[in-house]
Amino acid sequence: MLGRSITRNSMLLALFAACTTALIAGTHLLTKDDIAEQKRLAEEKALLQIVPRNRHDNSMLDDTIAVGPRDLELGLRVNKQIYVARQNGEVVAVIIPAVARDGYTGDIELIVGVNRDGTIAGVRALAQRETPGLGDKVDLKKSDWMLGFNGRSLKNPTLSGWAVKKDKGIFDQFTGATITPRAVVAAILRVLQFAETNREALFDTGDTNIAPTGDDT
Amino acid sequence: MADVSYKDLSINGLWKNNPAIVQLLGLCPLLAVTGSVVNALGLGLATMMVLIISNTSVSLIRNLVSDAVRLPTFVMIIAAAVTCIELLMQAFTYELFQILGIFLPLITTNCVILGRADGFAARNSIGPSFYDGLIMGLGFACVLAVLGALRELSGTGALFANMDLLFGPDAANWKIVMYPDYQPFLLAILPPGAFIFTGLIIAVKNLIDDRIKKRQNAVKASPVKGAKRVRVTGAVS
Repeated sequence: MLGRSITRNSMLLALFAACTTALIAGTHLLTKDDIAEQKRLAEEKALLQIVPRNRHDNSMLDDTIAVGPRDLELGLRVNKQIYVARQNGEVVAVIIPAVARDGYTGDIELIVGVNRDGTIAGVRALAQRETPGLGDKVDLKKSDWMLGFNGRSLKNPTLSGWAVKKDKGIFDQFTGATITPRAVVAAILRVLQFAETNREALFDTGDTNIAPTGDDT
Repeated sequence: MADVSYKDLSINGLWKNNPAIVQLLGLCPLLAVTGSVVNALGLGLATMMVLIISNTSVSLIRNLVSDAVRLPTFVMIIAAAVTCIELLMQAFTYELFQILGIFLPLITTNCVILGRADGFAARNSIGPSFYDGLIMGLGFACVLAVLGALRELSGTGALFANMDLLFGPDAANWKIVMYPDYQPFLLAILPPGAFIFTGLIIAVKNLIDDRIKKRQNAVKASPVKGAKRVRVTGAVS
């Protein structure tokens, strides 16, 4: 009697497990391609904001150079890619990932677009956990502070100007938050220096598989 | 169980027994994602979908499963529904999916859902169960949306920012800036703001309930008065 009810119940449970699993598997199969496409789009969206489609004709997601923690200037903790934007085969800009490790609440993940002439094409914060309302102005959705870097380079301003105003530089800090912008400015400066040092590898090579200073090994 | 009236179900779900502000179920997502209308609405709608699916399927199989394995089956159904919704949101509203993050899978653990499945759908036929899921979900989503609106307005001085995440590119200009040059009010956006505004919403609801009760008492009292002769001394019993 007891045995029969146990059998019946376990059969029932197994049946439901099978049904629900089938349902999830079905949904997964139906949405799989869409999800992959969405992920790619989301990744590309940030890149396209920096180097719009009319400036390049290649697929930046597929034209990459590997960088990693060994490239000290970038502060990366894991292996990432530099995205290369080309027009007619010539490199017009590179989008370099970097991490500002000295944010107020942990790492600030950035991507910095550097044009062929050494000027900044654009900077975006991809991930940050800075204080809402204060430090999170590095997010373009909250404030257009990030746009202030467009067109800047190692010569504009000169090295001493690459700091927040409080440190006698030229970049605004935020009311109530100096640590965040200070970290971001410093990280961007390091990226520019990295781009300058590896100029040839980044802009002049046609071969995308050569890593500038270090690779993922 | 006796007939359930759809009107009672509606009043219960939306007001009298609202899952968010009366039953106080599912507070964790309620407090965590209501920083803006779009986030709140996103999670509210997702929860509503799960509630409808779980209530309907639980009601469908209610005579099939024995009491002993009742809860595991319900949980399986709910988890499957949540996973499917999560996949769908990933496919169609990817950015919102990223914002809501961990709170989507956590819908599974929202007590509202298991509560309605076991407390209502397991004892009622499919029509009322579906409707109960819809209304309870709607009640939950409404509170979430109101809370999101209050916090977004007081926190950022604007309303309906980024609605395109949920309703497509056409909704991008739905944003209403109420106060230009508004200095962000941090407290409202951070978790404490959620507690404070939830408290306020509950207080307002109780206030309205009190008013209604008083008015009903007054209405009840008046015919009694009229039926009797006017007494100048003593109390009307």
